[in-house]
Amino acid sequence: MLTFTLRRLLLAVPTLLFISLVIFLLLEASPGDPLGDVPLTVPPEVKERMREALGLGQAWYIRYALWLKQFFWVEPLYWFDGVFGTAFSDGMQRIISFQSRSPVFDVIAQRLPQTLTVVGMSYLVGVLIAIPIGIISAYRQYSWFDQLGTFVSMVGFSMPTFFTGVVMIIVFAVNLQWFPSVYDTTHRVTDWDSFMVQVRQMVMPVTVLALYNAAQISRFMRASMLDNLGQDYVRTARAKGLSERVVVLKHVLRNSLIPVVTVIALGLPTVFGGAIITEQVFKVNGLGQLLISAIHANDIPMVLTLTFLFAILIVLFTLIADILYGVLDPRIRYD
Amino acid sequence: MTDTERQQALNTAELVDETAASAGLTGTLPPDTPQVAGGETRSQWRDVWRQFRSHRGAMIALALFILTILFVSVGPWLWTIDPTYVDIRARNSGFSAAHPLGTDQLGRDLLARLMAGGRVSIAVGLTAMVIAILLGSLIGVLSGYFRRLDAPLMRMTELFLALPLLPLLLLMVTLFREPLSKNFGPATGIFLLIVTAIGATSWMQAARIVRGEVLGLKEREFILAAKSIGTPPHRMILRHILPNVLSPIMVAATLGIATAIITESALSFLGLGFPPDFPTWGRLLFDAVDQMVLYPWRVILPGLFISLTVLCVNYIGDGLRDAMDPRIRGR
Amino acid sequence: MKLRTLLMGAAAGVAFAPAAFAERGADGQVNIIYWQAPSTMNPYLSSGTKDVEASSLVLEGLAGFTETGEVIPRLAAEIPSLENGGISEDLKTVTWKLKEGLKWSDGTPVTSADAKFTAEYCLHPEGGCAQAARYEGIESIETPDDLTVVINFREPRPNPFTAFTGAQSPVLQKAQFEACLGPAASTCTEQNFNPIGTGPFRVTSFRTNDVVSLEANTEYRDPAKPRFATVTLKGGGDAAAAARSVLETGEYDYAWNLQLAPDVLAGMEAAGRGKLVVAFGTLVERIEMNLTDPSSSLPEGERSTTQHPHPILSDERVRRALSMAIDRSLLTEIGYGEAGRPTCNYVPAPEIFASDNTDCLEQDIEGAKALLEEAGWTVGAGGIREKDGARLSLLFQTSVNAVRQDFQALIKQWWSEIGVETELKTVDPSVFFGGDAGSPDTFQKFYADVEMYANNFDGTDPEPYLAQLTCEKIPGPDTQWQGENVNRYCNEEYDALIVELGRTGEIEQRAEIAKELNDMLTRESMTIVPLVDRGRVSAHSNRLGGVILNTWDSELWNASDWYRVTE
Repeated sequence: MLTFTLRRLLLAVPTLLFISLVIFLLLEASPGDPLGDVPLTVPPEVKERMREALGLGQAWYIRYALWLKQFFWVEPLYWFDGVFGTAFSDGMQRIISFQSRSPVFDVIAQRLPQTLTVVGMSYLVGVLIAIPIGIISAYRQYSWFDQLGTFVSMVGFSMPTFFTGVVMIIVFAVNLQWFPSVYDTTHRVTDWDSFMVQVRQMVMPVTVLALYNAAQISRFMRASMLDNLGQDYVRTARAKGLSERVVVLKHVLRNSLIPVVTVIALGLPTVFGGAIITEQVFKVNGLGQLLISAIHANDIPMVLTLTFLFAILIVLFTLIADILYGVLDPRIRYD
Repeated sequence: MTDTERQQALNTAELVDETAASAGLTGTLPPDTPQVAGGETRSQWRDVWRQFRSHRGAMIALALFILTILFVSVGPWLWTIDPTYVDIRARNSGFSAAHPLGTDQLGRDLLARLMAGGRVSIAVGLTAMVIAILLGSLIGVLSGYFRRLDAPLMRMTELFLALPLLPLLLLMVTLFREPLSKNFGPATGIFLLIVTAIGATSWMQAARIVRGEVLGLKEREFILAAKSIGTPPHRMILRHILPNVLSPIMVAATLGIATAIITESALSFLGLGFPPDFPTWGRLLFDAVDQMVLYPWRVILPGLFISLTVLCVNYIGDGLRDAMDPRIRGR
Repeated sequence: MKLRTLLMGAAAGVAFAPAAFAERGADGQVNIIYWQAPSTMNPYLSSGTKDVEASSLVLEGLAGFTETGEVIPRLAAEIPSLENGGISEDLKTVTWKLKEGLKWSDGTPVTSADAKFTAEYCLHPEGGCAQAARYEGIESIETPDDLTVVINFREPRPNPFTAFTGAQSPVLQKAQFEACLGPAASTCTEQNFNPIGTGPFRVTSFRTNDVVSLEANTEYRDPAKPRFATVTLKGGGDAAAAARSVLETGEYDYAWNLQLAPDVLAGMEAAGRGKLVVAFGTLVERIEMNLTDPSSSLPEGERSTTQHPHPILSDERVRRALSMAIDRSLLTEIGYGEAGRPTCNYVPAPEIFASDNTDCLEQDIEGAKALLEEAGWTVGAGGIREKDGARLSLLFQTSVNAVRQDFQALIKQWWSEIGVETELKTVDPSVFFGGDAGSPDTFQKFYADVEMYANNFDGTDPEPYLAQLTCEKIPGPDTQWQGENVNRYCNEEYDALIVELGRTGEIEQRAEIAKELNDMLTRESMTIVPLVDRGRVSAHSNRLGGVILNTWDSELWNASDWYRVTE
């Protein structure tokens, strides 16, 4: 397993480099212009000069090489300087966003906490309610609990968050006035009261997202449990006189987790990617909102850096999923 | 009993059961005894149907689904108002005889729009889902089953997962919108483009899930047994692997329809989808969100249809899965 | 009786008292929501409205505009004019005098050197300054003393109020930005996010594309202002959500630019927590006619170029018929309500420049049909007109926007009534308005027969705006499709009049020429078909007073006068 992991990690480096090149070329080729937002009143000559100031006058391979250097050399150096107080990165150009002319990593660091608290929390809540629901619905297939669970989760999944989010705002923020409709990203938790404010502003986005995640995961959990409950080893285990709890929670659950682990592992990187629509609806302004506004503004350095970080997480989490398969099912071996 | 011992006992029990089960299954394989094969296959499908019929939820869902299909396909023949006809005097009208479901802010008939929109949405949802699932299952099975293909295919999946969706779609639309609409007409051209775009960007999850399942299945005893009697890979996959990964595929498929319908609306919203005079359910829903408080029906109706379709497909999938599982069938 | 009047007078006095005796920062916190979040506080690096307006809370120019378009002094002591000698007789020199005793928010004095530096900063060839056009034509700037700025133009400048006037070209502090000239502009994150200004507020924390927190500037020239101690300017979400947070939940005090369906806005306003404010500027939603052939059967590089005139739209009668079939009042009512006015003018304001052109306001379907018959287009199969075997079929493109899609549907219907077939197309705004020469979907490339969008001009002088339609500004492959004359309109007479306009200094004469130019484009040739004069709609809560919406300057132009209304 260790050699497998090491080999995969080594292989990840060229994969990621290739991915970064593909993303860069994709962004280059796709239509759109970093100056699309500039009002029509600005004359074309001025736009041309602005474009040059952004470094867009150079050939694409030079800009790609520059980005690689900045990402793998300047930014780590800068970070190193920050930690140890050295000055290796002085005078080096960091990755600069087209929109705000500020270092991309500073903005990402600013956004990360919101996304992690809101989207991360909703994912956690989603998983925590989805797994028990999946287990119970499968164990008591076609009971009222199962029927209700199916109904709620399918409706929850087929309703887009741009709809559920607005419904929640109208009901709970406008009519009942229980929760704020605008998320305050500058809020700091210092005591119990400010903690409650934080909780109140998180309730709606977390609920909307958790519902969506839970719907998906619980369906996979249920289906997989059903597959395994009909297996003969379950009958054998029961015949041996194992308690029902042990049979279901130990044998069946463990064998049913593979597709669920896949779904969760693929979902975790999206936590870092943020939830584009939900963040927009509740004005959370996390990484999802950052990515979408950067895409709209054709802010190539920002989009490239964000999607590349995202790619690293995807590669990492698929590896973790592969390792987990081996843990869950010792028969799976990669070497 | 220690854990290892128990596992061992379980494994033995499984081995016995699985071999017996798959032996029974191979016994019904048609090519071995051609004379009986025809009769047996037919009765197998009849079996599936009988089992399916006994699944109440699935039958209701099937009936509703057929009704929905009829509504969107035959409906426009009975209710002949043009969904894009603007009757400005009748705008924002409620339920009436002339407009049973009311009209929108330009006086376009909502019933006609729901019918026309459903046709597009269901077609897009089903086709895109089929593309995504076929692609996903194919890649998943291949990379799970053939060790040699695993690494390249999975790296490709990672690449697709990492690509930012929006610029990719923008690029696809820019490159292909004009040639496609020139060759197939604007509606069909855009349909093909959207279906391929959604299909090509949503197969990855299915592929990962199927691969995970196949990795586990591959080491099971009945597969070893089938291998030992010399089953060739293609039959192995079709006969032994695929039926056993059917349920996650089913789930992915039902969820896929919902995602495809919603994605289509998001695409139209971004100007990448159908031209604005083609109503779709997702688009109707999206356009009405701002007016939710004033005209709640405009949001509720398309939302209801989307949910209904997804629920139906889900229950039909459940029923099919149960009906095709030989262990449940005949119980 | 007398006593009663006195008492009432006293009561009224008390009611108005907060405005008169208030001290700085007495009214606490004000919350502003912009659904597009500001990404920088330096308007020279981004000309997006959101950035310019956010920075106007901190930075100021020498002069600004009022809600009627009149120029008023800000840092300047008075507005230079021919009468007071501030503008020279040959229109080539402008002399500005600064107010005395002005201080930056860090306590240092404001001097003429700061203004001179600002012009250098923006005119630096490698800086990529977004407002460079406002400083164009400046030969030199002299600073004879600390309070005097003398601007020398290369050529006579009838309208000198571009540089240092309005929110787009404020004065920067030399000491702060000295190290940020040219290519260094983008390394100055700290400066760009926290500029030192002379405005009523100063930045305490700036989170790009998210929130700006500000506090009252203790050095502000009026000791009683601003009334608010702190400001939060939040960004993100969409227009509907922003409107809701002011009009329905009351979490915010001011919401910017709410382009929403009129009935939706009216429904929100009915909640009674806030009011909508509307003001009109020069923004006109229009249909542009392509005078060249965009057909995809032409080789790339020849589509939509002057080599091939448009097979249908080159005929003025067809263009006129298309315009006659449109009911502008209905479009306005459905799309903009109170925030729009039907118009036939390319230049709808200021009043002195607006032509009396109202012929197009009446819809005339029959007249349009007759005109098409006269042009030789006769009704053929399926009710679509034909001529010489060609169908009267048009591709109509616009950007993605709910109101524009409604307009498309309505116009398509009217055109079908006169026998014109219309294919609709929508393009993502960032692609449509982005000048990517590689994309076929930009509005400059115009690979469609007609297109719809809105445009306006900066400030109160329409000359540069009218000059966009000269022959030399036709976009084409040789200019990387840059050029503002998207219609490919070319008329020598028009070009000659533009030259004349550039030479004319007298305002009445300028207005006459501008009106003539406007009519040539609209009434006479129907090259540009104006639809709606679009106002700006914003909302403020009932608890916020002093809001005056201004379309000539920043919307937040008088934020120093805003106050809290207590019931």
